[in-house]
Amino acid sequence: MQKTRAAPLTELSDHDLLERLQRSAFAYVETYADPDTGLVADTSRPGSPASIAVVGFALSCYPIAVERGWMRRAEAAARTLRVLRFFAGSEQSAARDASGYHGFYYHFLQMQTGRRVWDCELSIVDTALLAAGILLVGRYFAAAGDEPEIRALADALYRRIDWAWAQNGGGAISQGWKPEYGFLDYGWEGYNEGTIVYLLGLGAPEFPLPQASFSAWTSTYQWENLLDVDVLYSGPLFTHLFAHAWIDYRGIRDAFMGEKSCDYFENTRRAIAVHREYGARNPHGFVGYDRDLWGITAGDGPSRVELRVDEHDYRAYGYMARGAPYGPDDGTLAPWAMLATAAFGVADALRGTRRLLSQYPEVCPQDRFVSGCNPSCRQDTGIWLSDGWYGLDQGLLVMMIENLRSGLPWALMRESPYLRAGLLAAGFTSGWLTA
Amino acid sequence: MSATREREDAAAMAAWQRRTRPKDWRNPTPVARYDLCVVGAGPAGATAAICAARQGLRVALVERRQLGGNSLNWGSVPSKTLISMARSGADFPTVLARLHRVRSRIAEHRSIERLQTLGIDVFFDQARFVGTHALRVGAATLCFRKALIATGARPALSDIPGLADSGFRTSETIFDLTALPRRLGVIGGGALGCELAQAFAALGSQVTILQRQPKFLPGIERDAAEILSRSLARDGIETRLNTAVLAARTADGSRVLDVANNELRFQIAVDEILLSVGRVPNVEDLELDAAGVVQDPAVGVHTDDFLQTTNPDVYAAGDVCMRHQFANVAEATARMAVLNAFAGGRERCSELLIPRCAYCSPEIAQIGLHSWQARERGIPIKSYTVMMADVDRAITDDRIEGFVKLYVREGSDAIVGASIVAARASDMINELSVIMNAKIGLRHLAEILHTYPAQSCAITMAAQAFVRNQPVIPWT
Repeated sequence: MQKTRAAPLTELSDHDLLERLQRSAFAYVETYADPDTGLVADTSRPGSPASIAVVGFALSCYPIAVERGWMRRAEAAARTLRVLRFFAGSEQSAARDASGYHGFYYHFLQMQTGRRVWDCELSIVDTALLAAGILLVGRYFAAAGDEPEIRALADALYRRIDWAWAQNGGGAISQGWKPEYGFLDYGWEGYNEGTIVYLLGLGAPEFPLPQASFSAWTSTYQWENLLDVDVLYSGPLFTHLFAHAWIDYRGIRDAFMGEKSCDYFENTRRAIAVHREYGARNPHGFVGYDRDLWGITAGDGPSRVELRVDEHDYRAYGYMARGAPYGPDDGTLAPWAMLATAAFGVADALRGTRRLLSQYPEVCPQDRFVSGCNPSCRQDTGIWLSDGWYGLDQGLLVMMIENLRSGLPWALMRESPYLRAGLLAAGFTSGWLTA
Repeated sequence: MSATREREDAAAMAAWQRRTRPKDWRNPTPVARYDLCVVGAGPAGATAAICAARQGLRVALVERRQLGGNSLNWGSVPSKTLISMARSGADFPTVLARLHRVRSRIAEHRSIERLQTLGIDVFFDQARFVGTHALRVGAATLCFRKALIATGARPALSDIPGLADSGFRTSETIFDLTALPRRLGVIGGGALGCELAQAFAALGSQVTILQRQPKFLPGIERDAAEILSRSLARDGIETRLNTAVLAARTADGSRVLDVANNELRFQIAVDEILLSVGRVPNVEDLELDAAGVVQDPAVGVHTDDFLQTTNPDVYAAGDVCMRHQFANVAEATARMAVLNAFAGGRERCSELLIPRCAYCSPEIAQIGLHSWQARERGIPIKSYTVMMADVDRAITDDRIEGFVKLYVREGSDAIVGASIVAARASDMINELSVIMNAKIGLRHLAEILHTYPAQSCAITMAAQAFVRNQPVIPWT
């Protein structure tokens, strides 16, 4: 039988485009999960370890796959259970090759054994992203069969995280810990994706963060008028998206947002407006930037050795948390980023994505966006492209497209008593919290 | 250096010496009682002495080193000359020669001749209090109605094992270099450390800067610190944040620093080490107890908001008592102290609006409150930011790095603080100083004409952003 050739992405309707890109993004989770541990690879590159944050996103994708008919419920439950059993049985100790400690996990784990790799840090924020995924599957898999075990394990794994320990005796949360050194301090300051750490930490029944920790966190916020937009600033786009993949911030406000007559959902919309305006102004004259072609965030980019540009003072940053408008900006865009904002404004997201696909179709091999592209940096084969795919990008895309299409992740997490408790402890009021 | 150049350099050095401490100087015979004895002849001490002498008071000024203090001799003047020259592409001997000429030229502003002309008795020696109203200076006793302690501060040292033996320089001795170090290690990522790191990198040194904290210039906002980090890296400086120096030693003709970044341990070999880890007040040797003046080595002389010490007839000004150790603060507090001591003034140092700047590239300047300081005080604020990349003059000059950020009290148009990162932030922040002191609100500021094009148009543009942000009242 002759195989039907798929229509080019740019020729698809909005519905079909979303469906195909979301399905392809989910295929990353299917393809790059370890059959024994269930852990999911950080990237598609050979030898990549698992990232616990990617696992958090991947877990959250399984219910979506079931509801979309991409995966049978039994298989999704089995995959989910495999991951949860791995974490429940993995070594939690101060040993250098353990999987975790105090309920937290190392940022990167060996795919087959689940042991720490690269002497990486016990990551507080990545554990929070994993915990969010664990809580989500704990809400979804509420049927019989394997599913009671999923709920029990999800509850146990979340409850054993010792959030208060991560404060290291102080007010603010440390970003990480290493057995060879102790707590790490990278100087978190201002708004970023770390809100999810505080909200999940505040809602924990066993080892919660104290209420005052959240106001200490928000005390470093900066409310800015930037490029004529009032916004709680954070430079990289992903910082306005990660926690939002799970938390429905629409209409709920903490004290800071109450003071500003805003909410975090609306704030992400405004951050997107800043990024679009920055794309239009394009202060450094990078190739491709436009109000409808934007997306500056953390991710892969060209390094100095890969450069071939005309600008005499051009500097490339490699893997870096890029941001707008303060920078750093080296002309690298995240091709997935515009689509990942679809739940905040589908028209802008799709217009930008279509523009990108039309102008640089090579950013989406096998219907799946690469992590970074840099049209200002030319290679023999075309514009600079990141190798392979990154799990974070794909997991975020699946979730945010679903939040646009059905709102399933948000709905599941609205039912989480732990998240609700965390939001209330942080002083959030109004909207669905009062229902 | 050519013979002509050498002669010119020697002449500049001699003029500097003559103006700041003549070699054949003999201290005058003190009068029975001075209205004011000033200890320390830096920016604070000289300002106080001149201010009092102009009012007809009998003044003694005591200095143990050179007139001009740290700012002229080892601080702002030489460092800013170095920075300016480093960017000009000049070689190191040329830079040093200009540094000597500049220092000599500026020393003339408050030279010994000028002070004498004002009737000030200048003494060169260590001053020690021998009572509540008397000082011993060499063999002489100086009695006073009032005294002002203005002894300044000096570079803090470090107890890093082996550092003293391996040899290091501070901001006071770095300008004694006669040749450019091939490799320079800078310990400390504060303003001076970053400034000199960039200057030496521009001159051609291979510079590594080691900062214990997670960002450079602790105390400035994140976006400014990140721009500086990228600028340091752009300039070819090896930047090491979260990095502690554990020990220093010499090996194979190099100075070697053993450093730790979290659990990672490694060595950095350099030819010279610049230690720049803050400043400590000069309170030792003054025998302040005899005058009933309370001090501690960390924060200096204790004063109240009127700069009065625990001895009601002894005041202090400048680096020896102020958290902000800048020449402009030294001079302002000196004037305040003299007014409070002699003219019944009630000038409060807490009311000073202090513009300050790190002379890095780009420059980073600040005035008033930071956003988090405002929040700590319960002041709801919002900032209005203009990126230099959107300022026409910055674009024409290709100096688009940085921003102007005005912090505004919500519900008003009152500016409570500002941060500027720009090529000439040190000049631009002074406009904000005038604006804030004159209490000019953003609505008014938005209408004030500036030359076009100018970098400072960024300030007006921020004010105009404020106006655009207000509800529109339709014209009828």
